[in-house]
Amino acid sequence: MPAIKVNGEVRVIDIEDDTPLLWVLRDTLGLVGTKFGCGISACGACTVHVNGEPVRSCSTTIADVAGKEISTIESLEQAELHPVQQAWIDHQVPQCGYCQSGMIMATTALLAEKPDPTDDDIDAAITNICRCGTYARIRKAIHAAAKTMREG
Amino acid sequence: MAMSRRKFLLTTAVAGGALAVGYVALKPEEDTRLVFQKTARGGEVALNAWIKIDATGTVTVAAPRAEMGQGIYTALAMLVAEELDVDWKSVRVEDAPVHPVYANREMLRAALPFEDGYHQGENTSGAQFMGWLAEMLSAQGTGGSTSIRDAWEPMRNAGACARHMLVTAAAQKWNVPAADCQAADGVITHKGSGKTLTYGDLATSASSLMPPENPPLKNAADYKLIGKAVPRLDIADKTTGRAIFGVDVKTDGMLHAAVNVAPVMGGSLKSYDKDALGGMPGVVAVVALPTGIAVVADSWWHAKKAADSAVIEFNDGGNGSLSSEGIYKLLEENIQSGDPFTYRNDGDAEEVFEHNGDDIIANYQVPYLAHACMEPMNCTARVVGDNVEIWMPNQAPFLMRYLASRIVDTDVENVQVYTTYLGGGFGRRAEGDLAEQAVRIAMAVPGKTVKLLWSREDDMRHDMYRPAARSMFRARLDDKGRPFAWFNRIAGQVPTKSFTQRIFDFATLDMPDNTSSEGSADMPYAIPNLQVQHVPVTLPVPVGFWRSVGHSYNAFFTESFMDELAVKAGQDPYKYRRDLLAAHPDYLAVLDRVASEADWDLPMHSGRGRGIALHESFGSLVAQVAEVSVLPDDTIQLDRVICVVDCGRVINPDTVVAQIEGAIVFGLSAALYGDITLTDGAVDQGNFPDYEMVRLNNMPKIEVHLAPSGRPIGGIGEVGTPPLAPALANAIFNATGKRVRELPLSKAGLVG
Repeated sequence: MPAIKVNGEVRVIDIEDDTPLLWVLRDTLGLVGTKFGCGISACGACTVHVNGEPVRSCSTTIADVAGKEISTIESLEQAELHPVQQAWIDHQVPQCGYCQSGMIMATTALLAEKPDPTDDDIDAAITNICRCGTYARIRKAIHAAAKTMREG
Repeated sequence: MAMSRRKFLLTTAVAGGALAVGYVALKPEEDTRLVFQKTARGGEVALNAWIKIDATGTVTVAAPRAEMGQGIYTALAMLVAEELDVDWKSVRVEDAPVHPVYANREMLRAALPFEDGYHQGENTSGAQFMGWLAEMLSAQGTGGSTSIRDAWEPMRNAGACARHMLVTAAAQKWNVPAADCQAADGVITHKGSGKTLTYGDLATSASSLMPPENPPLKNAADYKLIGKAVPRLDIADKTTGRAIFGVDVKTDGMLHAAVNVAPVMGGSLKSYDKDALGGMPGVVAVVALPTGIAVVADSWWHAKKAADSAVIEFNDGGNGSLSSEGIYKLLEENIQSGDPFTYRNDGDAEEVFEHNGDDIIANYQVPYLAHACMEPMNCTARVVGDNVEIWMPNQAPFLMRYLASRIVDTDVENVQVYTTYLGGGFGRRAEGDLAEQAVRIAMAVPGKTVKLLWSREDDMRHDMYRPAARSMFRARLDDKGRPFAWFNRIAGQVPTKSFTQRIFDFATLDMPDNTSSEGSADMPYAIPNLQVQHVPVTLPVPVGFWRSVGHSYNAFFTESFMDELAVKAGQDPYKYRRDLLAAHPDYLAVLDRVASEADWDLPMHSGRGRGIALHESFGSLVAQVAEVSVLPDDTIQLDRVICVVDCGRVINPDTVVAQIEGAIVFGLSAALYGDITLTDGAVDQGNFPDYEMVRLNNMPKIEVHLAPSGRPIGGIGEVGTPPLAPALANAIFNATGKRVRELPLSKAGLVG
């Protein structure tokens, strides 16, 4: 039975090894902020962090992440909203909102690596799909969040 | 006004549908306040069908339209809050129950023929009939970019009525004239004494008062919310993962279902090995469906694995040889020799073309398109005896309720539909297929809640697609180069017919339908001899409403061909259009503004180009200029889109801009990549790699300018999509001299 650490809490999961992390998070642990979009790593709606790296949880099995630390959208808000979440609100980014958990998790991973990303960095790192087409606001919000985080 | 034969056909068909549905009419004596009161929690008191207030003064607004990203929850709440004079911070929104009081009258009025005066701002007999019919049908739906147009009067009225009742209640409590009591930010103040009472204090006493007949409404100059960029009420929860979509619904002991259905259009279940599935991990039940099987299990992953492993055979419904090639051939045959409906016939175009002359002829084509909502299709259902509950991200709860009642054989009153947030809709979620399937599955496990979830592949292969279409133009210019005669014949399937036949298979609906010719027959240009026809084509591919419906292809066809005529006449495409719009100053204003914002007259560098398009849809005028660059590998990059919108009065400008930005991206994904093809009766595409989308790395710059004139309120959700493809295609011609007459551009090797 694999043990994983989800949002700081150790969870022992009694489930078949080939079960995707996405479905463990959503159906076993009830963390439904992470979304199912395509099932084949093509859209990024299911993006979470595994040991700090952005990972598409629909195509990552529970066996792949045994012993690792997983962070989901639910872990971002602490005493107050994460600067990326705040930037998303300030720029009124979401429309339907379905892809935005994945977008935000991809963004927080990018900013951890590159505190001042260029547009090209953003294009290369954030390959998620937003069917509502909120990309222009996403880009603005990423730059704004980066600025806030750099200025601490 | 005499009813035209066309309108008679339409109304008879819809009224027939109403009778078949077993309508729930709005009873004249019914107290509609009780409709919302039934949903009350924690001491909430309903003042009318749209407003509940609790003791703390929190105001809950009933939203009978689906929030699918267009910001409608916020906009509807703004209409109510404006007239209620409540502090915006104490306003929340709740999904409304299904009831005729929430019918979307505007959605049905959109079906009136183009020539009906209603579309020109008159209150016609047809419009009144459609309003009545919407109530008969309890037509509570979200579509046709109608929500604000429909809600503008009733929801402001609801706010004003409630405010009047609260003021009256305060005046009675203090025993003072109501005229001496002033309401602001949820507090009523007596002018003389300075005494105050909150809406929370007064809600219960106000609820027993008679609502006023015609409460005075504010002057626009006094608006505090309407017209302001109010932050959306749903956005915070959409950044924290707290927003609940259909896929997130959870009840105790809930089961999960996945399907394995016939890949071929119209296919059905032939046989399957039920025993093999029963022993798989977590499997609770296997349910035979008309089109395949559903596996019910303790988790979706278990259900999906079992469904995928099924040993199963299907019948192909006689469509096993259907292919895209055959479909396009059939469309062309229908252009040549099909039986068309004529939607517009000014002057005598046929007579003009009988005389020899220099005709300009062009053929255009677009493919089937999938909606590809980010949230895969789903519906959660529970059936207990005669009672049905449905939790669903959907655009038409009245339809889901009816379909569920038909399957379970119960009254519609026994079906509850709870509408969650929609992870995209775009017309797909007006369809009842998921509700029907979920209810059938739930009936097999009585008393249990079952969440049916389709995979992305299920969604892409079993959509109700935007119809493929072909369009033939023939035009002749006068001695000044202006179009003297214009003939357009479009051929394709008709979404309304396909949609209706999915509900009532006996419906023939061989009658004209705006959704097939909209955007062509109603174009504004002054052309003395103008004929527009559409040939309805019958094919087994299910087609439906895809963001902007007929406009999605007719804008591409007409605005591209208009560009061809300008080129033929040797004139500037912007000024060419200008000269044909003398009778339409509102169209002209939008066109002029976009040309000015785009610096149309400034020359572009070699290897770049710009194109223009102007299009009216859903009551709004939109003009776009697209700027492209030709890359070294001869592919095209869309650099910038400048867009001007006249949608009449704007409720929430930032939401309107966001909708236009999104609709442009939606149109761009379709123009660049969108292509659903068929081989051996089945859809070839299954997931995003085969049905690509615009992403951050190929986003153009988008500039949106709102230019509201005095026009009546228009729609917003769809109107930004139609002009994108023609503006882009016209820009490509400007840059390369290559005329694009077929979408997507990837087919012509123009996309890197």
